[in-house]
Amino acid sequence: MHLLVCGGTGCRASESDAILENLQSTLAENNLDGEVQVVKTGCFGFCEKGPIVKVMPDNTFYTQVKPEDAKEIVAEHVIKGRKVNRLLYLDPENKEHVADSKHMGFYKKQIRIALRNCGFINPENIDEYISRDGYEALAKCITNMKPQEVIDEIKASGLRGRGGAGFPTGLKWEIASKNAADQKYVVCNADEGDPGAFMDRSVLEGDPHSVIEAMAICGYCMGATKGLVYIRAEYPLAIERLKIAIDQSREYGLLGEDILGTGFAFDLELRYGAGAFVCGEETALIHSMEGLRGEPTVKPPFPAEKGYLGKPSNVNNVETFANIPVIINKGAKWFASLGTEKSKGTKVFALAGKINNVGLIEVPMGTTLREIIFEIGGGIKDGKKFKAVQTGGPSGGCLTEKHLDTPIDYDNLIASGSMMGSGGMIVMDEDDCMVSIAKYYLDFTVEESCGKCTPCRVGNKRLYEILDKITQGNGTMEDIDKLRNLSNVIRDTSLCGLGQTSPNPVLSTLDNFYDEYLAHIKDHKCPAGQCKALMQYVINQEACVGCTACARVCPVNAISGERKKPHTIDTAICIKCGACYEKCKFDAIFIN
Amino acid sequence: MVKVKSLADLKKIKSELQSKLDLREKSEHPEKIVQVKVAMATCGIASGAKQVMDFMIEEFEKRGIDAVVTQTGCMGYCYAEPTIEVTVPGKEPIVFGYVNIQKADTIIEKYVKNGELVDGIIPVNYETIEKQ
Ligand SMILES: Cc1cc2nc3c(=O)[nH]c(=O)nc-3n(C[C@H](O)[C@H](O)[C@H](O)COP(=O)(O)O)c2cc1C
Ligand code: SF4
Ligand code: FES
Repeated sequence: MHLLVCGGTGCRASESDAILENLQSTLAENNLDGEVQVVKTGCFGFCEKGPIVKVMPDNTFYTQVKPEDAKEIVAEHVIKGRKVNRLLYLDPENKEHVADSKHMGFYKKQIRIALRNCGFINPENIDEYISRDGYEALAKCITNMKPQEVIDEIKASGLRGRGGAGFPTGLKWEIASKNAADQKYVVCNADEGDPGAFMDRSVLEGDPHSVIEAMAICGYCMGATKGLVYIRAEYPLAIERLKIAIDQSREYGLLGEDILGTGFAFDLELRYGAGAFVCGEETALIHSMEGLRGEPTVKPPFPAEKGYLGKPSNVNNVETFANIPVIINKGAKWFASLGTEKSKGTKVFALAGKINNVGLIEVPMGTTLREIIFEIGGGIKDGKKFKAVQTGGPSGGCLTEKHLDTPIDYDNLIASGSMMGSGGMIVMDEDDCMVSIAKYYLDFTVEESCGKCTPCRVGNKRLYEILDKITQGNGTMEDIDKLRNLSNVIRDTSLCGLGQTSPNPVLSTLDNFYDEYLAHIKDHKCPAGQCKALMQYVINQEACVGCTACARVCPVNAISGERKKPHTIDTAICIKCGACYEKCKFDAIFIN
Repeated sequence: MVKVKSLADLKKIKSELQSKLDLREKSEHPEKIVQVKVAMATCGIASGAKQVMDFMIEEFEKRGIDAVVTQTGCMGYCYAEPTIEVTVPGKEPIVFGYVNIQKADTIIEKYVKNGELVDGIIPVNYETIEKQ
């Protein structure tokens, strides 16, 4: 028998270490320590109900266990084989005790479709992909279905583009299929330039064949024989795995001429991007592949009419493609049963920032932020307070406490002032300054704007400067109006999505954290203590014992005072490095 | 390499592969073949998964344990990289996090050899589509 005790950050904060010790000592007292082993595990992801203790092999799942419960668990469960009912999880719906984690709603929150093979198969071995239904969808399409039937299936599934805009995928394929031409192209957008996003990279690294298979299916539907994957050169491992996968498919005859003896031909090539964010925009991406400058152009014409080399092209995101084989294999109906009314299926998110379980997750559309952050993500690091979560990268906005229970889908996110984007989720805690966050994203946009449109090129620079001024403590109330006006102009007059959405981080922080802007402007204070220009290190004269440790560690000699007498900091010299603050053993230095 | 020429061909290959994988499990020493998957996406490699994989391959060989060590993609537990999944025949697969060489050594000695669980297990918290 094994007793698994959660050793994650959340449960440790509520004394799971003591539970572990008590279990061990109680077992030892009963001479059971040889037979029953106590093991510390990683986070169960259920920190809200922590500390967690799980008993194996019967899978009993105890929640909110206290150190003093250890005796009872050993006496009742281990010795007598009776479950300790009061510690079992109470199902919130029917108020019944649930003993087995497999039947708890929480553990059903993640469903893997796009990530179905990531972490399961060896991505460099086509056989492993085939043994998990690989290439069956392609075979089914080209041997048993007409292109329009496949398109209808995708349409019925309700799949929408995972690259950000959420355009219905089936419809896009249909348009591309109807534009007649001697040559057409299937393009996979693997540019993935948002800060904090790594979903597409992980799919390509973990399951490259699913994207290849889907691109071939798309080629069959629209009448294209050529596919191109536009991937950033900074993804060397993904590139290598894709190359290996393409070679293997060719060897098996699953790419190339006369696939499965049907006469259908399709092959793939890779195109490398140099890592410019704007090249993820589909028209810029196409120009970049043509060897031109990676600058967006006006739509229409859409790529489906005039894309790569002027031919009809269908551009889809990596994750969009990864869903296709499953939809064909399991049916549109099954897929459409997951998610919300207008957003079907699942979405992969890259959880990053101040969250315990940084990683990749895939949840049905309609899951709430609370479930993602506190249950799957394991809550905020170091027990700090949740402040905001940024979705949609530089095009998105911040969502706050009041959005925690909103079901996430394309439309709800837009209504809350953010957007789905490609799926990056950066979690922020009480120590993050929201003005600085907005400034960070604007810095990114200024760097990444292609410079074609004046509002985007110059306007974003001005937004950045105003934000910088505010973080320096020199902002005025007029600056707030300027931020708003300028944001509206940039949004309305930029050519591409980059400029049109670049003010979102500013607007959404202004909406949700107006007080924080005010604190910077009126009180010259940064509530999160992040803006250096607004901080002052001060020595509490009462608490200081004059040990001189701070004066010795200060790199600019800003601290003076006699031995054994209270010291002082000369704020004119202080560079706010914080060295003294860290060094002081008497908590005599504080930040004003 | 044989080409796949039809849907029937593909199905045949698939069933052959599956029986081969089955065979691998139920071969002459069914109680001995251990399967280890090392998460080798960028996140894993950056935290040392390659060294762990090399170490495990060598050590299984040295200690005379029949094992297959393969690589796989991101399991999603990026916070706990390097992560590995160990399947001892007849038991459910178990994922271990923060596996360095020392930890890998403990896993081989304690879990693989004696079936004792060791610290650092990561509970699986998602459903696969097969179960749907
Ligand atoms: C500035 C900008 C950057 C973009 N970056 C990406 C990207 O990295 N990956 C992506 O798939 N789509 C990106 N898009 C969206 C694409 O233009 C396009 O909508 C998408 O590739 C279509 O595929 P989907 O329908 O499968 O989502 C970006 C758009 C803009 C405006
Ligand atoms: S909006 Fe910005 S990135 Fe887009 S085309 Fe104009 S200048 Fe370039
Ligand atoms: S820390 Fe124990 S469940 Fe998350």
